Amino acid sequence: MIFGIVNIILIGTTPLVFAAIGELVVEKSGVLNLGLEGMMLVGAVSAFVTLVLTDSYLAALIVSLISGLVMSGLFAFLVLYLMANQVATGLALTIFGIGISSMIGKKYVGTPIDGLSPYFLIIISFLVVIFIGYFFKKTKLGLIVKAVGESHHSAHSLGFNVIKIRFISILFGGAMSALAGFYFSICYAPMWQEGMIAGRGWIALALVVFATWKPERILLGAYIFGGVAIMQMNLQAFGVKFPGQFFNMMPYLVTILVLVIISGNKLRIKLSAPACLTLPFNKNQ
Amino acid sequence: MIKLVPRGSSSQSMFILAPIFAIFLTLLTGSIIFFLMGYNPSNALKIFFISPISNAYGISELLVKATPLALIAMGLSFCFKNNIYNIGAEGQLTMGAIFGGGVGIYFYDISSVLILPGMIIAGALGGALWAMIPALLKTKFNTNEILTSLMLAYIALLILDYLVVGPWRDPDGFNFPKTRPFGESGRMPILFQGLRIHFGLIITLILIAFSWFIYSKTIFGFQLKVSGFSPKAARFAGFNKNFLIFSAFAISGAFAGLAGVGEVSGPIGLIYRDISPNYGFTAIIVCFLGRLHPLGIIFASLVIALTYLGAEDAQLFLQIPAAVGFVFQGLVLFFLLGSDLLVNFKLRLNN
Repeated sequence: MIFGIVNIILIGTTPLVFAAIGELVVEKSGVLNLGLEGMMLVGAVSAFVTLVLTDSYLAALIVSLISGLVMSGLFAFLVLYLMANQVATGLALTIFGIGISSMIGKKYVGTPIDGLSPYFLIIISFLVVIFIGYFFKKTKLGLIVKAVGESHHSAHSLGFNVIKIRFISILFGGAMSALAGFYFSICYAPMWQEGMIAGRGWIALALVVFATWKPERILLGAYIFGGVAIMQMNLQAFGVKFPGQFFNMMPYLVTILVLVIISGNKLRIKLSAPACLTLPFNKNQ
Repeated sequence: MIKLVPRGSSSQSMFILAPIFAIFLTLLTGSIIFFLMGYNPSNALKIFFISPISNAYGISELLVKATPLALIAMGLSFCFKNNIYNIGAEGQLTMGAIFGGGVGIYFYDISSVLILPGMIIAGALGGALWAMIPALLKTKFNTNEILTSLMLAYIALLILDYLVVGPWRDPDGFNFPKTRPFGESGRMPILFQGLRIHFGLIITLILIAFSWFIYSKTIFGFQLKVSGFSPKAARFAGFNKNFLIFSAFAISGAFAGLAGVGEVSGPIGLIYRDISPNYGFTAIIVCFLGRLHPLGIIFASLVIALTYLGAEDAQLFLQIPAAVGFVFQGLVLFFLLGSDLLVNFKLRLNN
């Protein structure tokens, strides 16, 4: 029973872990990308279509990752080089991703595939989180990424290439979102359906705040969110009349609560968001 | 090597030209996408952008969709002008629909001229109240409004979902997740017999004119603009920052709430899950494309409304998924944000 529940939680929440750990790195570098939902959808559809056409999981994985790099590269180009507003560009990326994924996947709705076992990627998701935790705590490069996110002008004065570091961070975020999409359409579903990510991109975004930008807490948060969702399904199976919508609200409510706690208290400044989050950087200014 | 050179002051002509440039580039990219998908681009573009509005019914449908978009975008401009990122208009619209629609459901079997005004006021209040939450958190706890307003949008959608499958479900509705229809007194009057365009259009036009008046003739509008343009100058001049944040959120929330009640009491006539095809988010595009300016927003709302109509026709006649409309909406915002660079910078070639 316990094992069964843990199993279901792990299988269901891994896409959140991938997308959130990617976004965490992006935000640590000082950029807010609201395009997670769009990138996950494009990653999911490109993996699915590639698998149907080539019958190769490896090809599906590669094409999916490339789609994430292309989508996030587009975002990075707009916000870093053209200094476009990050909030608006991220929303545009999500809207665009919803549209283009439906168009690409239209012929493949309902096509059956052999799903891939999720356990390999679940283990990978642990390793990625552990690695990112190590990266920010113990490596020089991790400290540089944090410095760029906390004060881009100081980082620039110290000779670090702010734009390049942010570009790579955004690309990493894109690849992770695409991997979340790959997991979703190839391992979890396994199928393609229009808009199948169904808001998980926003929950992943919430998860980064919930984790107060600390990698290991992403896992904790994902399993709490996932556990609540499972609990809701079980309660309904036992005939408990508590509306599921209020369970589904929890990630959003908790995120607001966390935002209030971390922004309301100056002593907890260590917990708070990277100082340069959403600020554009232009070295000529 | 191309170098960016800051302009001394923003270019007024680029400010107006960039949106038009963005629309042109979107059409160009759209034709390429249609071509790659194996459609004749000129035929596809004609089905997408021309045939939907080639008769009176089409024009009316365009206005039905442009009405909420323009109204929400106009409200959002009060926030964006003041550099407040309220991106939760979808939630404020939903709350407007719940509050306003709630009045309509409660009085469904009563005939009175007071019901519609009551719904409209309740809807505006509902939207404004929902927008007060991020405003309160921002002013009281300095909480970032981008994420709170976004999260609240999803909470509002779940509340609506709870109501239509739970306590407000139509007792005679065969268990469908929808409420009972409002009575005749709870419906927006139709402007032309046989068309769906309704009184919400008039409300929208009045509020756009009202917004123009606030921006150009009142101290309040001036303060909003100054504090968005230069927060330092605003602080120096002693403007009440919290008051400006509250009022910007209240106005944008009320406008979005009105759009919500306009949808449920106008074309829909009851409440169900999908009352808004993302109007609250798409209005952000309308607001940017229209340069936060009343006339610009009217123009942009028509352009973006056309992407909705065109997508419906493309699905009908070309079997392209209606989500193609989102592709165009995303593209136009990408191109606009990109070409905005030219407003504040000049490109210079140097070796």
